[in-house]
Amino acid sequence: MKEKGTGKRGGFTVSLILIVICILWTLPTLGLLITSLRDEYIATKTGWWTALKDPKGFTLSNYKQVLIGKDYTYVNVEGVEVTARSQNLLLAFANSLTVTIPAVVIPILIAAFAAYGFAWLRFPGRKFLFTMVVALLVVPLQLALIPILRDYNRIGLTGTYLAVWLAHTGFGLPLATYLLFNYISTIPRSILESAFIDGCSHFKTFMRLILPLSIPALASFAIFQFIWVWNDLLVAMVFLGTDQKIAVLTQRIFGLIGYLGEDYHLLTAGAFVSIVLPLVFFLALQRFFVRGLLAGSVKG
Amino acid sequence: MRLADRNGTAKNVFSGIFQKLGASVLRVLTSLFVPAITFYVLYVGFMFLKRSEAPAAVLAVVAIIWGVGGVAALYFVANWLIGRFPAQVRSWLQPFLFVGPAMIILGWYLFIPAVRSLYLSFFGPNSQKFVGITNYVYCFTDRTMLQAYRNNLLWLILGTGFSVGFGLFIALLADRCRFEKLAKTIIFMPMAISFVGAAVIWKYVYAYKPPGQPQIGILNAIVTAFGLEPVGWITMRPWNTFFLIAILIWLQSGFAMVILSAAIKGVPKDIIEAGRVDGASELRVVFNIIIPNIAGSIVTVATTILIITLKIWDIVFTMTNGLYGTEVLASQQYKMIFKFLHYGRGSAIAIILLVAVIPVMWYNLKRFGQQEVF
Repeated sequence: MKEKGTGKRGGFTVSLILIVICILWTLPTLGLLITSLRDEYIATKTGWWTALKDPKGFTLSNYKQVLIGKDYTYVNVEGVEVTARSQNLLLAFANSLTVTIPAVVIPILIAAFAAYGFAWLRFPGRKFLFTMVVALLVVPLQLALIPILRDYNRIGLTGTYLAVWLAHTGFGLPLATYLLFNYISTIPRSILESAFIDGCSHFKTFMRLILPLSIPALASFAIFQFIWVWNDLLVAMVFLGTDQKIAVLTQRIFGLIGYLGEDYHLLTAGAFVSIVLPLVFFLALQRFFVRGLLAGSVKG
Repeated sequence: MRLADRNGTAKNVFSGIFQKLGASVLRVLTSLFVPAITFYVLYVGFMFLKRSEAPAAVLAVVAIIWGVGGVAALYFVANWLIGRFPAQVRSWLQPFLFVGPAMIILGWYLFIPAVRSLYLSFFGPNSQKFVGITNYVYCFTDRTMLQAYRNNLLWLILGTGFSVGFGLFIALLADRCRFEKLAKTIIFMPMAISFVGAAVIWKYVYAYKPPGQPQIGILNAIVTAFGLEPVGWITMRPWNTFFLIAILIWLQSGFAMVILSAAIKGVPKDIIEAGRVDGASELRVVFNIIIPNIAGSIVTVATTILIITLKIWDIVFTMTNGLYGTEVLASQQYKMIFKFLHYGRGSAIAIILLVAVIPVMWYNLKRFGQQEVF
């Protein structure tokens, strides 16, 4: 049996091992999903796997509570009245989008311009500057936290979306420039020359010709950067601050871990809200994502 | 200051000069006016976003339009401005338009911070007083720091080793299997999950209830099903670090698998067939043909995950916040900045991280130099 790859020679054992691994890999997430759909009492008293044998107590109220929940008061074990704050994750979801969309588009635009410049313009220092981009690929962003935080505090940028967009742009630019350069520099020279003969400027050629031609590469990096920014906690914690009004999902989920502690039915619902969008994107656009990873990994 | 009209052929000398002069002044004025208007509009937008009490949804939409549109507008205005110069100056300015913004941002966010962090690492908590190498002495003698190095080393070796190992193992299995695509998607899926999301998932896997109570964490349910005492996975030193590393392996094996799987598909089939014809066992085919052929990809994947483990922060921060002896360098740095407000020590740790990635950086540059793209 010769097909694709190195020739399929797997028997029953190979399939069995792979199935076991796949089940092991899925169990943690499955537990999260099931728990988020169970009601409070049953979720805190029994393991989620019991729901597989005896499906009962399923509810959507956990999601309602974390998404648009209202404040409510209750008396705790010590007889003290406590007000549970609403966990308005819908707002955090909107904030995450507000952070993520520009933090994906801005670096792509800037990197595409730079990639075009490196690929098609001749200027002194070109090689040196690109070597710098390659060197910066692996520089840990921890290095930038203190200096940039000081700059932001000085010019009053801390706690604004712009601060986070720019930070993500800075940290994403080396990879974006590198990936897009690899792609744009392989576009045949003849295509560009015909554009120049028609009297197009570099800017026009870039906008009308190169950007549309580079869409596969742009999409690959966009998915990459989307997942990275959406899932980021560190940059948001440092530069966005802890104001609930602008906090993103990851920050809120982190807060919930401390706040809800053992309330796994709510915690899991919140966590699922935060992972659903990247998961959908990922499953829908897996092909582009893999392509981006492969192109990016050439960097070594 | 000759931003003169190139096509201007003056018939009347005097009126020509006046016209030219007037036109030049007008050109200069509009050239300054348009960027000024652009900046002003963007500034007004910024202040609106900062101060406005509008509903969240409105603010979100305005912010996105302002951010994305603002950057595009800046490029268009810059291009328009460059277009007003004579052709020669224009072609000289062109690279600044294309490469300049990227270089400014890279300089501000990555290149210069490296120098500034080095500088700050020789100063005290609030960067006022020069303290020499005191911060580095602290970083190499403090007990928690030493523990962080040890843990980081564990993350580095075990995290990278197991992620690459599992990734390779699964890629090899999947290559020989009928449901390859489905299996790969399942293993790859955690890549889309944030470290914080993963922390919630795994907190639940590792959940601990005192003996006698029903266990809701699956691991302790298994342990107690065998009649053993439940285990506090997260608080049990020194093994808890291993359980945290397991989370990373769960997240990153898929990445290794995808890259290595593509590499395996690229191994020339005739070499493999030749090996099989010669009677090599499947194991020998893997170790003597496939693995040497994909060595480059293995190194690539390993260095990528190595860098991730070196900077690992989210998992530790969300699972234990560095308690129970799980501290790593990045979580220590975060504490230095926000808990102890000691910028000097925070910068010193950043520099130590930078030094640790220098071998990888050097390797990348060497490989880049061999590519001869320029």
